[in-house]
Amino acid sequence: MASNKRRRASYVAALAAAGALLLSACGGESTAGGGAGEETAAAGAFPTSGSGEVHVYNWTDYIDTDELKRFTEETGIEVILDTYDSNETLLAKLQAGATGYDVIVPSDYMVAQMIELGLLQDIGVSTFPNGANIKDNLMDAYWDPGRNYSAPWMYGSTGIACNATAEPGCANITSWKEYFTAGLPKMDSLKDQVEVVSAALRATGVAADDLCTTDKAKYLAAQELLNGFKPAVIESDGGIERVVAGTSNVRHAWNGSTHRMKVEVPGVEYIYPSEGLNLWADNLAVPVGAPNLDNAKIFINWMMDPKAAGKQSNFSGYDNGIKGSDEFMDEALKTDPAVVVPADKVALLSSTPNCSEDARALYTEVFTSWQDSQ
Amino acid sequence: MTAVTTPTKKPVTRARPGQSSPKLAYLPIIFLAFAIGIPLLIIVVYSFLEKPSQGTGVKWVFTTENYRALFIQEKLDGTTAFDTRYIKVLWTSFYYSLITTVVTLVFSVPVAMWIATREARKRTLLVALVTLPFWISILIRTYGMRQIIADEGPIGKFLGLFDISWSILYSPPATILGLIYVFLPFMILPIYASAERFDFRLAEAAYDLGAKRMTVVRRIILPSIRPGVISGVALVFIPALGSFLQSDMLGGGKTNMVANVIANNFGQARNWPFGSALAVLLIILTLLFVLIIQGIAQRRGDKVELV
Repeated sequence: MASNKRRRASYVAALAAAGALLLSACGGESTAGGGAGEETAAAGAFPTSGSGEVHVYNWTDYIDTDELKRFTEETGIEVILDTYDSNETLLAKLQAGATGYDVIVPSDYMVAQMIELGLLQDIGVSTFPNGANIKDNLMDAYWDPGRNYSAPWMYGSTGIACNATAEPGCANITSWKEYFTAGLPKMDSLKDQVEVVSAALRATGVAADDLCTTDKAKYLAAQELLNGFKPAVIESDGGIERVVAGTSNVRHAWNGSTHRMKVEVPGVEYIYPSEGLNLWADNLAVPVGAPNLDNAKIFINWMMDPKAAGKQSNFSGYDNGIKGSDEFMDEALKTDPAVVVPADKVALLSSTPNCSEDARALYTEVFTSWQDSQ
Repeated sequence: MTAVTTPTKKPVTRARPGQSSPKLAYLPIIFLAFAIGIPLLIIVVYSFLEKPSQGTGVKWVFTTENYRALFIQEKLDGTTAFDTRYIKVLWTSFYYSLITTVVTLVFSVPVAMWIATREARKRTLLVALVTLPFWISILIRTYGMRQIIADEGPIGKFLGLFDISWSILYSPPATILGLIYVFLPFMILPIYASAERFDFRLAEAAYDLGAKRMTVVRRIILPSIRPGVISGVALVFIPALGSFLQSDMLGGGKTNMVANVIANNFGQARNWPFGSALAVLLIILTLLFVLIIQGIAQRRGDKVELV
């Protein structure tokens, strides 16, 4: 538990630091520029171009395809993109023996789990030409200390998106408990066992550092709360489209996707539930058996460039783990309280629980039980 | 031309018209045996194995727990209780399929009869039109349906002009609508095939002999197209029971139908043995319905063979 707390503290610090970086960038100070120079210096050992393909398996709607074209122009490598909707789906696919993917995008706890299961390759990310661009606090991430297996991608939080114009009833929601018991029409849930069950645990009074408890009574309470929760949609994909189209008004949502909803639907707000919310960090990694290992490394290194990372942030609406990328980020991101955590909300964030096998089994049990009783 | 240079007659070796070597059938039979038999065997075997602690895959330990778990739930407080969730899911699948079958049947009979009574050239065109949806991927058609029935879609916008609220997407009616939409041609075509062979002079003769309109339909027309109706019912009801896409895309991604629960167990939930047990149960129920439909067909003396 102690390590869990430390982890959480350093993690929150990462976010606060990122916020500070964003603020300094607003002031016109430029911290970038070093990245490009280093790249040319180290380019001798590390290939920067190649041929053939790189097969990227990413979350749905989570990569700027214009940038992929730029990648192809600069490196000569064609990107083949496939998508999934949750860490568990990714794990299920890899465990079932899926091969052919070169780059995958697991979140923090899933990186730890995949390393444990021997599913990821040690590619020495920190020694990459752009390895020095990793933000300091994400360099020593608990799931990959020193960054051997994974490079940082986007990071953000998971809270609640509310279109108060279309559904005034959600404007009063301040907590997970109110969200789960609101009983509003057009509610929309993530299809993600860790997010849904941890939110339900928080709603029933489980503290942030106890989210990996194996006390069944606590899961039972969460299950009872979820029994009364019947959203219209349980789907992680397509949330932005549904909110924009008006088929969903209240959604368990990631902050970046909420930012994108806000851009299109001005009435949308991002709610930081009072019981606290998960802070997650996604990563680029290479699965064992990747057919194009060199291309995967080139791809990951390319994405660790400040400009590439900044462009990806502009597309997906999340902050990223690359130093100097803020220079390339849109003003709209830097001023959105969904993206830059307001000072009074920072304490609410804690890292997504990385639980033991026993606790994970309880998460699965509560989640599928809820899903199957819809 | 070669016949001129080889005058020797070998009439015995030539197969009679309509006959060919049975060897030609071996390859497809072997293919089907492997493509159906082996996955089926795997599913049955997996359904009697344990789930590994890491999820995904199987642990080679025999258990009947997966079948028990279909009906009995081990609750988190340590108690066990009769579990109605999967019975409900099966019932929902059955119920959606039944509605789909009835609605497509009611729609299809008049359409099939109408096409069958057109002149030959028009018939060809009309049948081609019925098969038109097959030219487009079912996934794209279902996406299309989602756009059309969305709250802000054309129907919703039109009804909005009259202040009528429209919101059926991500609800059971949307799933059923999707099923009807996809399965309608599978009902029309076999009924049309039966209706096309029907000699409509028989209906005229019945009229001439004084039969009333409904009597002609009931006593002359319906019995003649019954084989088509039975085929249509089988072609719609049975695949509808196991359909996945409509409930997934139009029903809000919830595990409403049994195929969605099975898919979820092989995906996110990573419980292959339980998914297999549910799949075996679905196979048994499907087989049961096939036998029932075939039983009805046989009793009526219609030539409909399903198994």
